[in-house]
Amino acid sequence: MSVETWTIILVIITFGLYLYVGWRSRVRETAGFYVAGRGVSAVANGAATAADWMSAASFIGMAGSISVLGYDGAVYLMGWTGGYVLLALLLAPYLRKFGRYTVPDFIGDRYYSKYARAVAAICTIFVSMTYIAGQMRGVGIVFSRYLQVDIIAGVIIGMVIVAFFATIGGMKGVTYTQVAQYSILIVAYAVPAIAISLKLTGNPVPQLGLTFTDIAQRLSDLQLTLGMNEYIKPFTNLSPINVFAITLSLMVGTAGLPHVIIRFYTVPTVRDARYSAGWALLFIALLYTTAPAIGVFARYNLIDTLANKPLAEVQKISWVDKWGAAGLLKLEDKNGDGIVNMTKPTDPANEVTIDNDMIVLSTPEVAKLAPFIVALVAAGGLAAALSTASGLLIAMSSAVSHDLYYRIFRPDASEQQRMKVGRAMVLVGVCIAGWFGVHPPGFVAEVVAFAFGLAAASIFPVVLLGIFDSRTTKEGAILGMAVGLAFTFIMIVCMQSVRVLGTEAPIIQNFLGINAQGIGMVGMIFNLVITYVVSRLTPPPPAEIQQLVHDVRSPYGAGEAQAH
Amino acid sequence: MNEERLKVYWKKNISMIVGCLIIWALVSLGAAVIFANPLYGIKLGGVPLSFWFAQQGSIIIFVCLIWFYCIKMDKLDKEFDVQEVEATDKKGVQG
Repeated sequence: MSVETWTIILVIITFGLYLYVGWRSRVRETAGFYVAGRGVSAVANGAATAADWMSAASFIGMAGSISVLGYDGAVYLMGWTGGYVLLALLLAPYLRKFGRYTVPDFIGDRYYSKYARAVAAICTIFVSMTYIAGQMRGVGIVFSRYLQVDIIAGVIIGMVIVAFFATIGGMKGVTYTQVAQYSILIVAYAVPAIAISLKLTGNPVPQLGLTFTDIAQRLSDLQLTLGMNEYIKPFTNLSPINVFAITLSLMVGTAGLPHVIIRFYTVPTVRDARYSAGWALLFIALLYTTAPAIGVFARYNLIDTLANKPLAEVQKISWVDKWGAAGLLKLEDKNGDGIVNMTKPTDPANEVTIDNDMIVLSTPEVAKLAPFIVALVAAGGLAAALSTASGLLIAMSSAVSHDLYYRIFRPDASEQQRMKVGRAMVLVGVCIAGWFGVHPPGFVAEVVAFAFGLAAASIFPVVLLGIFDSRTTKEGAILGMAVGLAFTFIMIVCMQSVRVLGTEAPIIQNFLGINAQGIGMVGMIFNLVITYVVSRLTPPPPAEIQQLVHDVRSPYGAGEAQAH
Repeated sequence: MNEERLKVYWKKNISMIVGCLIIWALVSLGAAVIFANPLYGIKLGGVPLSFWFAQQGSIIIFVCLIWFYCIKMDKLDKEFDVQEVEATDKKGVQG
């Protein structure tokens, strides 16, 4: 059977599975809708968190991005995993003990202020919205590449599926479909990785193949002879200060992302919250330690196959032809010598252009795997995109329907009204996400810098101090969040002004050598310092708030603490 | 539980968190960024040690850190008798 037939079969089976699981998990009350009735086991929550976390970009694009950056690609690897240590140690158990529905819930209650709640809700909506735009696009791209369906049709199919299980099942439906989606995406990622590892290193475990053979050294030497950067050498693509700042911003940003934090509300106990962070990072690490191996293997294989080979010979390779037609691989014989000359992408003499997405998408074919596996990768990419999109939708809709509508504007709303608004908000979110999927803003990559930068600079510091420093006051928190948010926002806009505002040159090149991706670290430091200092200059929080902070510290009695 | 015991519990918890976070920073921001060049000369298998920390080791150690903390906290919770009973009203949560 052809790749297309297998892809259609696998997509239908997996989508059917998601719909079935979603239907089985339908809910009727707000606790089920927002926090899955707090009945999710630690392992299931770990798998759901991992699927929630790993987006279309992680699945399809990350190995490629790392292979372009070489050593410095570590910013993504460490940044997007290290945040879970912060979550497990500093936030998850205490937020679970606090036991409400959303992140703005904690900020609003802890800082006894509607304004703090509103600022946090707006941050949540903004961060989730920027993130979701890329997911629907990912769904459309996978559909169009593998099934030759129009991108718009692909986006609409994705919207219908997500809307179905997110509206009827809420957090519960999303959680259990994410567990199914994790299983599919990890198998789809691992199988081609094992195959290519066996082919190039003789070791079936990609992580071991990368570490204990000379493949990385060989790639590094090969790149050096072709005039590219040494692959395994640090700081050839990013300066040390940027590697430091980007890594730390992504770590802290990860721990401050609302759609990740709310997952820890869904488990029954504080202990489960800790363990589910452990499971989540274990599940994530399976993919994140494989990605750099795929990056090295696939890049070595590509360069080895293409560089300095006769053009006519190269063009006969079937995958060169296929991915060339898809626009992911460009070969042009600029100097007309009939040889493929490959060097730094910035060098005008370079004749090969490789899209980042090609690294993962082409691996099964390059490793000569069966069409079934190629189709499995497509299903894996869809699972990654859909699971992240659905998690973001719940985070966003709960910020609007629970925090803004119920807690601020209509505290007297009935259970039915709140469910209705929650479901309606999911639908509104799906439509906005779909619109962005069809009309993607020209600066999707910059937008991701926004999401992490803002989460690092606004949400993380005030939640952290809210738990560990009972003296933190609402004045401190509000001012800290506002300054962190404003500073980071303005800096990113100014540094990315060419793409965002359309200026000729960036208004600001960098801040003390730190670029837009790493600026969240500076915003976070401002937020922490201002919150801490202002809190000591203002009257202490009321006694009941200090009691609340005190209670959050002991795991005992999470059951009673839920009601309020 | 009495106030004094809770204070001791909290202090022990904090020192465990601080210890884990020091390791967390050492294996990532330390080994892969600050000491990237000195560790580049040492080999682990076929790759420089700093490269291994940057793209494999830090992640593996992060996973171990969380599990270590979970297991340690289980013991601490038991010692201070603050483990919780399974939530009694899983569904009857009021927002």
